[in-house]
Amino acid sequence: MSSSKIYPDAATALSGLLKDGLTLCCGGFGLCGVPERLITAVHDSGVRGLTVVSNNAGVDGAGLGLLLKSRQIKKMISSYVGENKEFERQYLAGELELEFSPQGTMAERVRAGGAGILAFYTKTGAGTLVAEGKESRVVNGETYILEMGIVADISLVKAWKADTEGNLIYRKTARNFNPNMATAGRITIAEVEEIVQPGELDPDAIHTPGIYVQRLINGSPYKKLIEKRTTRPRTENANALVS
Amino acid sequence: MPWSREDLAARAARELKDGFYVNLGIGIPTLVANYIAPGVKVVLQSENGMLGIGPFPYEGEEDPDLINAGKQTISELKTTSYFSSADSFAMIRGGHIDMAILGAMEVSESGDLANWMVPGKMVKGMGGAMDLVAGVKRVVVVMEHTSKDGEPKFKARCDLPLTGTNVVDMVITDLAVFSRATRSEPFKLMEVAPGIELDQIRAKTPAHYLG
Repeated sequence: MSSSKIYPDAATALSGLLKDGLTLCCGGFGLCGVPERLITAVHDSGVRGLTVVSNNAGVDGAGLGLLLKSRQIKKMISSYVGENKEFERQYLAGELELEFSPQGTMAERVRAGGAGILAFYTKTGAGTLVAEGKESRVVNGETYILEMGIVADISLVKAWKADTEGNLIYRKTARNFNPNMATAGRITIAEVEEIVQPGELDPDAIHTPGIYVQRLINGSPYKKLIEKRTTRPRTENANALVS
Repeated sequence: MPWSREDLAARAARELKDGFYVNLGIGIPTLVANYIAPGVKVVLQSENGMLGIGPFPYEGEEDPDLINAGKQTISELKTTSYFSSADSFAMIRGGHIDMAILGAMEVSESGDLANWMVPGKMVKGMGGAMDLVAGVKRVVVVMEHTSKDGEPKFKARCDLPLTGTNVVDMVITDLAVFSRATRSEPFKLMEVAPGIELDQIRAKTPAHYLG
């Protein structure tokens, strides 16, 4: 199995890859679909000066919050960083660089980077702070700004199931940025809840083809966290979406 | 008497037409889902990669892998689909979503929107708001008419950093409803909350509007 993509654990999967100053793309939205085993292993490696591309920055003590607390991140590229006091403190104190990228622009920058597209024009952010310092073009009376694609040294993603080939299937909204991040890494490492044998995944149902995945771990068991637990009572108006 | 949060949500819900694909922002806009009229079928989109948002789950049925853009646990419908963030924003940016209902800190008379940042105070980020206003066909803002300090929020120009320029089609506040048919014309006062005088609205609205 010399060509196997499967590694026994996160630390081994990262071995030989990490060094100071790398750019990491990280899947996840809030605490949903976050590659937590790999983030913990990056934390434990002690690597520093990282640029991390992730929609959110985790919460205090979980997800990327771990790497923030240990000051291993030099710069974040994110669209939303609420729910993280340590992030806010470091940023306001000038200890952390932050590039706000609108969520859709960020997703497309990553998609573009992974697809070999250098840059693209978008209306998103035209006329706002996001447009500052960027080229713009007016086409048919609309202003578009130039956004650069993103390629990472390493992408870290979380999926539900993989086969030994690295074909990935995500589950529900834990998919989010993961398939896009998976394409943008020069090396992509996936952590999954279950690795199955060839033939056990429906080829028509693969979300991320194995070509994008170089290393793979089974990170089970997962104790998945919920950021905002919202429920409805069984007795009242069953149609009410929100209380 | 000013409209309540529930009144605002109900009023915004009347803008939803049968067959619409809709994105609801966090806060009062989320409540809009409770007031969709019977017979009006609306599909709710969540930026994190879901079409067809179901109600909050029953207690004990929460799934950490199933959340909305506000990170709340939700449920799926029989018609639900999931997709990646890039696909989600292709839908949004590409003009496939019929309406977005969003909160705001400020709206200007020319339809500029500010809802993501207070310099020096709040550093959270724009999330998907800039993409939504850039790509969704019609943008409805639901907000209090004035801030907690009593400052007007519908102004001649926004003072806060913008989310988008000339992107708002309708403003629903606790005092009044303003709307415009196209983005090249000024807003018009359409409705007034019961017991509120036109002079009161004028006094609390620096934005220029017709009517």
